Amino acid sequence: MKERTRKSLVQFLGFFMLRAFLFLVLAVLVLFLYDIGSKGGPAISWEFLSQAPRRGMTEGGILPAIVGTFLVTVVTALLAVPLGMCAAIYLNEYARQSRLTRLIRLSIRNLSGVPSIVYGLFGVILFVNVMRFGTSILSAGLTLGLMTLPWTITASEEALKAVPNAYREGALALGATKWQSIRTNVLPYAVPGMLTGTVLGLARAAGETAPILFTGAAFYLPFLPHSLKSQFMALPYHLYIMATQHHAILQVRPLAYGTALVLIALVLGMNLTAVIVRYRMRRKHK
Amino acid sequence: MTDPAPAAKIETRNLNFYYGKSQALKNLSIACPPNRVTAVIGPSGCGKSTFIRTLNRMNDVVVGTRFEGRILLDGKNIHDPDVDVVELRRRVGMVFQKPNPFPKSVFDNVAYGLRINGLGKNRRKIEETVERSLRGAALWDEVKDRLADNAFALSGGQQQRLCIARALAVRPEVILFDEPCSAIDPIATAKIEDLIHALKKSYTVVIVTHNMQQAARVSDHTAFMMLGELIEFDVTDRIFTNPANRMTEDYITGRFG
Repeated sequence: MKERTRKSLVQFLGFFMLRAFLFLVLAVLVLFLYDIGSKGGPAISWEFLSQAPRRGMTEGGILPAIVGTFLVTVVTALLAVPLGMCAAIYLNEYARQSRLTRLIRLSIRNLSGVPSIVYGLFGVILFVNVMRFGTSILSAGLTLGLMTLPWTITASEEALKAVPNAYREGALALGATKWQSIRTNVLPYAVPGMLTGTVLGLARAAGETAPILFTGAAFYLPFLPHSLKSQFMALPYHLYIMATQHHAILQVRPLAYGTALVLIALVLGMNLTAVIVRYRMRRKHK
Repeated sequence: MTDPAPAAKIETRNLNFYYGKSQALKNLSIACPPNRVTAVIGPSGCGKSTFIRTLNRMNDVVVGTRFEGRILLDGKNIHDPDVDVVELRRRVGMVFQKPNPFPKSVFDNVAYGLRINGLGKNRRKIEETVERSLRGAALWDEVKDRLADNAFALSGGQQQRLCIARALAVRPEVILFDEPCSAIDPIATAKIEDLIHALKKSYTVVIVTHNMQQAARVSDHTAFMMLGELIEFDVTDRIFTNPANRMTEDYITGRFG
């Protein structure tokens, strides 16, 4: 009897601790969102979302930054999504599992840990200077694409690994070619997971500052970019400037909070889309 | 050992098979006669599954394996360079240990093989073949009103018969069963055994099983394997009533295994 009460006490304490930690994490998150929401909310207006900054960015809106971030993310996705998915399919389905593939996989994992400023500097050399794309949406998007690739590859490979081998063998045993078995019996079940991981990677890229700092993001442009070779304003960089670099820092503070709120809403929106897409596709296959 | 089989539909000759450095099959020669059920029995790890997976080259996809010797289908070496492994697997169908329906509808499971083999142009023809295959697998009456349901909604035994129907749909010549009843209940097992018995009219059947009674019930010939070696291969009746080898006798009387 005594032993039993001791055990249930330990269990109670254990669960209590786990719950406490969970609430701690949630509390920080709620506090953070509340702070930004309450201070940024008043700054949000149709004008703020639909106009360019005016008077040395002390007035007006952030439209060029929204458009810039959107376009850069599109370029990032065009590079990282197809390349990452194809690389993952090759690595998981076709490549022989040898020391070399293990090394490649390890390198990919390590690349996802490389600081984003390093990608930024690499992008300056490769895209801006060597390939002569200049400081532009294209250079910045490609740089972010490179940074996102390890994430998309890893997430896609995990999704492929989760597909039971019996689906592959079952198809092969019926006379399917390897590609047929992958296309009809592996990809349909892996794609939801691949997409989720990919969108999370893209959302992270959309919020990055360092990689676009030298590759295309502009301090202040009163007009929208007109081609892929244009410089652009981006939300995270704009926020950085408003928060730390502006000469009238107190005056622009509400605008900075507003920008932060828009950026968070954008990233949240992308993640939410990923969750919904995955849920829909899962249900279709159930 | 007497030669129990007049002519072989599919056979191995002096087959050695290795996983890396360990040898799984040793000089294995088993000839499966046409329109007969050949059972392979033996204790766990004796190489039964490895053997049956060599017959449709499923081991090709397992990394680090190699083999020596020959595997013949209608006298033709299935590793000859002019043999298309995809076509080989269409001719030599396989039913796995665990039912492995695809997460698609019952109908699409059976139609799968037709579609990937390019036989999927004509909807009417597919429907006919799906019905014929499901009837062939003694499943039609149970699922004819649930063809659009997901195959996972079927019971384990039904799922396994669905996998058999799926294999039948591509009109194979040989069907391999790799312990097809080890994951299903006795009543479903009885149904599948009846089915296997009926299938030999049109197909050559090879079945691996660790269940001796099952081998005795469904097969015409039985091979007994141990540690990768063929101990005895004969007409099933003789194996179970009057085995030539002491080890076979010990195994079938349940003294080990």
